[in-house]
Amino acid sequence: MDTLAQQLANGIILGSVYALIALGYTMVYGILGLINFAHGEVTMMGAMIAIAVLNALLASTLALPPLACIGIALIISIPACCLLGMTIERIAYRPLRNAPRLAPLITAIGVSIVLQNVAMMIWGRGYQRFPDLLPNQPFTFLHASLTPTKVAIVVISALVLACLWLLINRTKLGRAMRATAQDGQVAQLMGVNVNRVIAATFAIGSGLGSLAGFMVAANYGQADPYMGFMLGLKAFSAAVLGGIGNLAGAVIGGLLLGIIESLGAGYLGDLTGGVLGSNYQDIFAFLVLVTVLVFKPSGLLGKNTVERA
Amino acid sequence: MTIISTKTISKKIWLAYGVLIIAAAVLPLITGATLGNGWVRVLDFVLLYAMLALGLNIVVGYAGLLDLGYIAFYAIGAYVYALLASPHFGLHWSPFIILPIGALVAGFFGVILGAPTLRLRGDYLAIVTLGFGEIVRLFLNNLDRPVNLTNGPQGINLIDPLFTLQQPLQIFGLRITSVYFYYYLFLALAALVVFVSIRLQGSRIGRAWMAIREDEMAAKACGINTRNIKLLAFAMGASFGGVAGGLFAGFQGFVSPESFVLLESIMVLCMVVLGGMGNIAGVILGAALLTITPEIFRDIATPLQKALIGRTIIDPENLRMLLFGIALVATMLYRPQGLWPAGKHGR
Repeated sequence: MDTLAQQLANGIILGSVYALIALGYTMVYGILGLINFAHGEVTMMGAMIAIAVLNALLASTLALPPLACIGIALIISIPACCLLGMTIERIAYRPLRNAPRLAPLITAIGVSIVLQNVAMMIWGRGYQRFPDLLPNQPFTFLHASLTPTKVAIVVISALVLACLWLLINRTKLGRAMRATAQDGQVAQLMGVNVNRVIAATFAIGSGLGSLAGFMVAANYGQADPYMGFMLGLKAFSAAVLGGIGNLAGAVIGGLLLGIIESLGAGYLGDLTGGVLGSNYQDIFAFLVLVTVLVFKPSGLLGKNTVERA
Repeated sequence: MTIISTKTISKKIWLAYGVLIIAAAVLPLITGATLGNGWVRVLDFVLLYAMLALGLNIVVGYAGLLDLGYIAFYAIGAYVYALLASPHFGLHWSPFIILPIGALVAGFFGVILGAPTLRLRGDYLAIVTLGFGEIVRLFLNNLDRPVNLTNGPQGINLIDPLFTLQQPLQIFGLRITSVYFYYYLFLALAALVVFVSIRLQGSRIGRAWMAIREDEMAAKACGINTRNIKLLAFAMGASFGGVAGGLFAGFQGFVSPESFVLLESIMVLCMVVLGGMGNIAGVILGAALLTITPEIFRDIATPLQKALIGRTIIDPENLRMLLFGIALVATMLYRPQGLWPAGKHGR
């Protein structure tokens, strides 16, 4: 019973991070119909920049309280990643908007290779340790052992998601985004500055990704230049699972994937008598993805699009 | 276009390929004499990747099915060879038996992947194939327990070479080692793959693939059995990959899951797209460029920094990948169709 509670809790924490990253994929896909393969690397950059800022602050003589340090790190890393996302869109995607479908995919791959190697040049190949700033005394809640950091991850994710929902549904920018997602050309005719909307989408998605990267680093206590790849892949799986292009789908897909993965890792060894261990954890994401897509190709919440002739 | 002119054109094309093959035959001797045998090995890899890329070209270029897990078939071919010709199971079968088996097994997995994904299109297909590629790799990585099938992350060692050379030959003062023989073996097989690709391109099957790529519904309405034709594309592409994988295992003498990561799939896809999707010559060009340029970067990265700044400040490996990434982006921005795009039938 305790394993169940613990794995569920782990799954929700993991899932809320996946959800934040998946939103970045799904928003871009909804508007441009493009897989932004560089998104995982943006997430990684977010984590690395934030850790670098934290280390610099701790090394300085300011002696700020831990929460202020984290606040400053986020205030620097999130806008930096928003800018990074917008730059990527401007350089690698915008000129290719009418090019063959595979061209932007290749530029996205090129950009992620560049980002990964830039990170390695700046911070080295090894991992960066997340400074011990956060309160990490575990406490037990409903049979699951938690830390304040883990609770904060879930709470902050929920808050950010609520803000995003308000932004999309209650503001002018949000309306413009929805209009562009429905039909970019018509939106343009109605006076929406489509380029600006797309840039804003990239900025928001990258900001969310950077926050998520920071949370992953805080949760595992480290970050490395390779982390973006798996994280991005899983988050993308989550977005597809929920129905890519659908915001609620990304959140549900992220949570589901996180929970399935944690439960799988927790129980697989017991169920198979130790034959298959938790080293199969990564397979789960893909098995789930393949199964869902085979039976419901448009994802859980995706619209059943009619085949376009 | 009249019948006569098509004939002359195709004759010209065949002639051009003949000249190319002769040029390819003397290439390693010149390379070996000027740059050393290390570069002949690079040429071997060019041919290996060209075969792989041509296999993927069938799936992506002809049939328009975006496959991001193609390296899985390469891995399957390599492991089939490794298991049947190494001390791991104590089997030492002949490559002439193993390579066809590898092609069959890989083709079978191609159908297994293809069957459930028939309804998917575009990006969804891309992501499922990507997942498939990762699943295959993770299984190779973890199948050392409960029964040691793949020897896990350590991989399989001491694989029988495709052929052994008792001692290097001396021709015109050039030391002919086994890399040259591999070159000619790979060249022959690559030529076979090119031949099959060319024949497929204009065949009923090839035209059916292109019809599906352009418009699946219309193709169906024209009486094409889209299910079988798509499965055939997967199986064909996969079996090419399987053969290339078997050759890789016999050439390298060692396989491990690390050789079959997603980046490799992406590399092969880049070869196809960068070179010019659907165009055989373009795909070979892409394979050559993406195999040779990183090697050149490897050679010049350190001396260049030493000459410019006086010392190595950037890890050459990082610099190499960085330049590679920039090159990918730049090429796509200026030539979104690829360097050598296909003609009217292509895109």
